[in-house]
Amino acid sequence: MTGSQGYVADLPHDDVLHVKLVALDVARARIGRIETSGALAVPGVLAVLTPADLPDPMPRFGPQRRDRPVLAVGETKYHGEPVAAVAAETLDAAEEAAAQVRVAFEELPALHSIEAALAADASLVQDPSLRPGDPCAATNILHDHHYGWGDVEAAAGDAEVVVEGRYDFPMVTQFAIEPHAFMAAPDGDGIVVWSAIQHPYWLQRVVADLLALPLSKVRVIAPDPGGAFGGKQHAKYEPLLAFLARATGRRVRLVLTLEETFQAVRRGASSVHVRSGFRRDGTLVFRDIEADYLIGAYADIADRTVAKGSYTSNGPYRVPNVRIHARSVLSHTVPSTAFRGFGNPQQIWAVESNMNEAAEQLGIDPLDLRLRNLAGPGEAFIPHDTSADGDWAQAVGRAAELIDWGGPRPAGRGRGIAVGLKSGPTTGLSYATVRLLVDGSVVVNAGTSDMGQGARTIFAQIAADELGAPVDWVTVVMGDTAVVPYDQQTSASRSSVLMGNAVLAACRDVQSKVRAMAASAEGVDQAAIVVDRGEVRLPDGRILPIRDAVARGLGRLGGEVMGIGESRKEAEPDHPLGGTSAFYEFNCTAVEVEVDRETGDVALTRHVTVSDVGKALHPGQVRGQDEGAAIMGLGHTLMEHYILDEGGRIRNLGAIDYRIPTTMDLPARMESDAIENADGPGPYGAKGMSEGALLPVSPAVAAAVHDATGVWIRDLPLSPERVWHALQEATAEAADR
Amino acid sequence: MTEPLPIELTVNGRDRRVEVLPHHTLLQALREDLGLTGTKECCLVGECGACTVLVDGRSVDSCLMLAAEADGSVVLTVEGLATGGELSPLQQAFLDTSAAQCGFCIPGQLLSAQALLAEVPHPTRAQIEEGLAGNLCRCAGYEQIIEAVRAAAAGAAEAPAIPPAVGDRAAIPDATVAPQ
Repeated sequence: MTGSQGYVADLPHDDVLHVKLVALDVARARIGRIETSGALAVPGVLAVLTPADLPDPMPRFGPQRRDRPVLAVGETKYHGEPVAAVAAETLDAAEEAAAQVRVAFEELPALHSIEAALAADASLVQDPSLRPGDPCAATNILHDHHYGWGDVEAAAGDAEVVVEGRYDFPMVTQFAIEPHAFMAAPDGDGIVVWSAIQHPYWLQRVVADLLALPLSKVRVIAPDPGGAFGGKQHAKYEPLLAFLARATGRRVRLVLTLEETFQAVRRGASSVHVRSGFRRDGTLVFRDIEADYLIGAYADIADRTVAKGSYTSNGPYRVPNVRIHARSVLSHTVPSTAFRGFGNPQQIWAVESNMNEAAEQLGIDPLDLRLRNLAGPGEAFIPHDTSADGDWAQAVGRAAELIDWGGPRPAGRGRGIAVGLKSGPTTGLSYATVRLLVDGSVVVNAGTSDMGQGARTIFAQIAADELGAPVDWVTVVMGDTAVVPYDQQTSASRSSVLMGNAVLAACRDVQSKVRAMAASAEGVDQAAIVVDRGEVRLPDGRILPIRDAVARGLGRLGGEVMGIGESRKEAEPDHPLGGTSAFYEFNCTAVEVEVDRETGDVALTRHVTVSDVGKALHPGQVRGQDEGAAIMGLGHTLMEHYILDEGGRIRNLGAIDYRIPTTMDLPARMESDAIENADGPGPYGAKGMSEGALLPVSPAVAAAVHDATGVWIRDLPLSPERVWHALQEATAEAADR
Repeated sequence: MTEPLPIELTVNGRDRRVEVLPHHTLLQALREDLGLTGTKECCLVGECGACTVLVDGRSVDSCLMLAAEADGSVVLTVEGLATGGELSPLQQAFLDTSAAQCGFCIPGQLLSAQALLAEVPHPTRAQIEEGLAGNLCRCAGYEQIIEAVRAAAAGAAEAPAIPPAVGDRAAIPDATVAPQ
């Protein structure tokens, strides 16, 4: 707010070497000789790192497979993959030198569609030697996932109406307004890495592995990211910087351009075929889903997004027979990674569109069709997993009420509705320490990354509430592996729940120590003392503020009371995802649109989004997350997509040619609401909620476009061109009939 | 490299003299030479608005203006909005409406809103949307940002939406039990 918050690029860098990546303007190429003499001749250049300067074999890393090389070796696998890096005293010199690095290369045909990558004669994106023991190693399928229950074949005969379709979702990018920034510096016999990373402790492991250092010699400092959305979960160029810091003995710094972030992170594209069987009354009998995700050249966390997005892809419905088959397909494209919704928006686009088309074919209102099949509270809608942990019909009903679903539509407008469900974290481990200082102020150490979801505020509120300090007397320290205890990661909207519980537990640990102190000071039994909300209640009826009890208990030397909290969600090795869902995110979105038949432009006149949040710990932040996720969903629904040329180069890198929503793209009227039944596993009954409102935006808007025009569109984005063409085709077809 | 040029400008009320390279932008001069890192760098093509500052009262994408062009001008950056340790009404309104999520775009949003309110003290929603159209917020906290500008324009910020602390004590689960 004042400009004083230090993001990575804002940290002091007077004595750094500036790094510039060298990449080829092709997607796939065989790399020949790399000539560095011209670059090294540029004044101020200290190093040009090429694969020859790195250990042989090339060090590789990745959260799921160790397949991503520190620099491209032998072949570039996607547009923008760095083949070398320059380090110089000034950014100007680094840029000039990067342009002087001469790379001999031969462009090779790139596979950048699902069809091409799966063709029988397709070349292999990854050398089979990288995939020892992998039965799919001779194909471009990284992983085949099969989920389901019941018997779809046997149930097919019971279905009176079968509705099917294929739905495609494009490549889109996270586009955090803070481009990724990194620094690394030697630190005695260890190393320090600065990165706006969501998982600092993961990064610590990656760097320790690559440099063969003990964890204690790798310090990751992770200032709050300026937006991340999943794109800053896992290591990207930190390993490269670590090697450069070692090679030069200096602090090195790399700030990506926005264009380079497009070549570092994106969401997986997908093509999903859905076949749903219903009875005439709308009861779902079976669902059969075939999904292909176009992931990139390296796995990153993409295959996990495929798994998690597909496992729950039947949605929040009671369906006795479900078959889900999903494949992660490697390609010569930017490695796809986590992005708000984590593999689910692609499936929800397909399955909820299919539900809306089914409603039309069955002659049942889409709202009623959902209510008929929605799992009730406590219902085991996915066998052997967490049962429905909310009264989801309440959220659906609220959304319908807000948009006046049954009421008359203004002329020329259409309405659509959809729901979204996402599994929360399946495992988790968070530690927190809470220090109650002698004056009653509080320091919380919590390893969450606050990237805008407001975790810092939530933890401060919890500590303030539990220990009776004003909120502005609480300092929350995050983002330094040398200082703050371990946290597994910041993802899956977990932090309010998992780290929140750890902070709460640490506060309760402090309370129990204060109770012991007070008992000793008063000479009474601990059990007779109650510590609650910053108050110490003594058996004689006196009530001391906690700070007085602490000051007295600590005595002349002062000091502090330290509490430790831990929160775990254990792994379950036999579970298809390795663990059940800690909670579900559920959202219902209803929209109203106006379609300009002359231009194909879709304008939202209403957008209603209702999430089941358990408990809104901070209503202003909950609203911000819901409305922000909703508008981000409008981005991939209406305007965002990578445009590739034949060779697989991205043609619309950057802010001019790739549009994200601005204030001019907002719905004319946005309403959000939260359902609060305190039925979540987090503090005070909270659930995670930062992704839900994005999930069902696309199918809701597509249904509204259909309602307004009579046309179903099964590809995203619903750009003016696409909508216009669809309307033209429909008009032509109508004329033919 | 060509020789640096000396320039003089007033930044946040202080007279500053710096030497800048002829091809360096005002954004670079502010961040690298004057250490004012509140002004942010993102797209560098004048599309995202993260680098917005006021130059002689007009909002400018500082990534598109050469530092040398700012010679002799009066520049306001986010660091100059608060006075005497007090947030400006606009900053306070952004806080009160929970308008900031990751915070990275906020300096630019504040300066664009400042320029808008200087020109149109009581803007309509459409005028606010237009006035902030050049400032991308990927957290997409636009609704709350627009509310903040309206609240600042109204002269009195809405009552804080922030409760001092959470707490529905009846609903507190045992924190020592791992969630589900």
